[in-house]
Amino acid sequence: MQIQSMHFKARAGAKLADQVLQQNLKTFKGKFVGARAAAVADFNTIGDWEAVRSAGAAIRQRTLQQLDVWIERFEAEATRRGATVLFAEDGAEAAQLLLQICQQHGVKKLVKSKSMVSEEASLNQVLSEAGVTPVETDLGEYILQIKDNEPPSHIIAPALHLNKDEVADLFERVHGTPRKTVIEDMTREAREQLRGHFLSADMGVSGGNFLVAETGSVAIVTNEGNGRMVTTLPPVHVAITGIEKVVPTLEDLSTLLRLLPRSATGQAISNYVSLLTGRRGAQDQDGPQHMYFILVDNGRTGLLGGDMQPMLQCIRCGACMNHCPVYQTVGGHAYGWVYPGPMGSVLTPAFQGLEQALDLPHAATLCGACSVACPVQIPLPDLLRRLRQQQTEAGLRPWRERLALRAWAWLALRPRLYAVITGLAMHALRTLRDRHQMIGHLPFVPGWRGGGPNHLARSMPAPRSAQRFLSRYQQLQHGQSRTSQ
Amino acid sequence: MRVGLFVTCLADMMRPSIGFAALQLLQRAGCEVVVPQTQTCCGQPGWNAGDKPAAGALAQKLIGEFADCDYVVLPSGSCAGMIKTHYAELLDDSPLWQSRAAALSARTYELSDFLVSVLKVATVPGQYRGCVTYHDACSGLRELGIKAQPRQLLGLLPGLRLAEMADCETCCGFGGAFSVKFGDISAKMADSKCEHVQQMVQQQGASAVVLGDLGCMLNIEGRLRACGDTNTAVLHWAEVLAGKQGVVTESMSEPEA
Repeated sequence: MQIQSMHFKARAGAKLADQVLQQNLKTFKGKFVGARAAAVADFNTIGDWEAVRSAGAAIRQRTLQQLDVWIERFEAEATRRGATVLFAEDGAEAAQLLLQICQQHGVKKLVKSKSMVSEEASLNQVLSEAGVTPVETDLGEYILQIKDNEPPSHIIAPALHLNKDEVADLFERVHGTPRKTVIEDMTREAREQLRGHFLSADMGVSGGNFLVAETGSVAIVTNEGNGRMVTTLPPVHVAITGIEKVVPTLEDLSTLLRLLPRSATGQAISNYVSLLTGRRGAQDQDGPQHMYFILVDNGRTGLLGGDMQPMLQCIRCGACMNHCPVYQTVGGHAYGWVYPGPMGSVLTPAFQGLEQALDLPHAATLCGACSVACPVQIPLPDLLRRLRQQQTEAGLRPWRERLALRAWAWLALRPRLYAVITGLAMHALRTLRDRHQMIGHLPFVPGWRGGGPNHLARSMPAPRSAQRFLSRYQQLQHGQSRTSQ
Repeated sequence: MRVGLFVTCLADMMRPSIGFAALQLLQRAGCEVVVPQTQTCCGQPGWNAGDKPAAGALAQKLIGEFADCDYVVLPSGSCAGMIKTHYAELLDDSPLWQSRAAALSARTYELSDFLVSVLKVATVPGQYRGCVTYHDACSGLRELGIKAQPRQLLGLLPGLRLAEMADCETCCGFGGAFSVKFGDISAKMADSKCEHVQQMVQQQGASAVVLGDLGCMLNIEGRLRACGDTNTAVLHWAEVLAGKQGVVTESMSEPEA
């Protein structure tokens, strides 16, 4: 996927002005948050959520400490069960590997279940250009594919930015069927469209929520059942996922599966949890005759051993974006690459380079809602702050900002001068106030006013007193209780 | 008990009544309050912007200024969180400064936490008649666990009724430099917060939104007034407890002797 993250500010502005999107975001806002809170409360009646979070984080950290060992173990076990494990250094190589497998098996059409890594690799585009037809079968991804290949705006609910009416219009136009407005009818229509593809596809491509090292299995969590069809009906199954998705044992998997659906959608368990191990055996009734894994690096090993390593703990539940007030305000497309929200603001510069996403680490209030919700305790605000430091150290911040920060620090280290300057500033601000003690336009800081679309303006309360606290206090201490104006 | 009051740069300039309210509440509870005259900024702007050296120098200055205090108390969860949860990392280049930072962090409290947990305050001087709603500021809430403390203190005022608004724990959109770098997004987030405040005004007759951090205060009041609401007060809970609310103020009340 072509990165557009350097245009975050402009993209966010456009999203703020999009009334339909704003309404859709408002509808979405509380849903996942409320569902997760209820699921966590429910869990706490039988267990200790925080303890499971700690256990989940520990599993991920322990695995990352010896990632090479666990990947090798996974490769050995998967190979032993008849699968072929391939490694891709980046997205482009992953796409090429998949194309080679397609050629080898004469694949003309493949069905896909949800995979964010395939977005990293621009997979659908590469396949289409090579004459292989990819069909997305996750309902959200399907909607986006028939909507001129729009990118997902959320990692687990890709079409979250669209409402029912928009989808109804789309189905009517693309399917050429009478417009339906009942969601069940629309879902049925999509099923009918997809059924033939499932049966005629030459290959199934899935993502992978986890890779289990001890058994060489891939675990896939879905709610629509399409994942099962994709991985069992066609003669070839290819699972594409990131190298960091490996966990040592089934026991570890079970701990992480307690965290994932609760954090993602508030479900105690998702409708389907598939654990796929090896190709079809002699005794098996179904399953693919050929099974491949494409394990993608695409920047991940670069994070190992560095400041950003904790980000590799991520299990892609989406809780951080669900809880992020900035994501809730601008939606996922503003972020400009595959991963939106707080995890995306860390992953995008970490994978693609700091200079490719200068705004993203700053596009957060560091409110901490993400790290509290994160099921594997990734300290997202700390990582964002660390990226800001890296930008500063690399000389990537604008000189005005650098100057302002240094000037403030310089002044604040000189209390007497600070007293004079802040006193003057207060006086200046007070001359600008109206009868409600407000300043309509703050000089030198135009950003504060906001404005933008829909006149989302903001005033600045003027200093409430003529004197700073410290000077007034000092005066009182010296027994001079004269009130100055 | 020698308590150092760090009033915070924003309260010092924008709303001195909060400093006097804090002073009054601490003195009333029997503390010997010292206010180092050289105090300025805790360094958070530099730290959050990624300028570690600029922030580090200010952290060292603050640590020196409050070295002889039994406690350091701040009427801000954000600045208290800066000292308690970030100073040690900020100063990790020097083991000496890191240990001094850790020692100071252990003695540092956000004001409501200090009044409740350490001083166990049971009475307050202020009076308030009416309904208020409360906004939980992010750093205090998530870095320091400030949630029950200010509510418990407000509960000491017999005439005050607290009506909880929806999403009281959701960020108001201030975020320091975020509010000017991404002013449009920030104002939109403030707008959502103000919608919830307005709901309480209309449904519960709330006359004020009460909170514990200056940044949120400027943000929420700024957006409320720009929307035309000139009635709903935006108050620091310490002002309410000390009876300084509504003092808009040329005539600052004096600290109690």
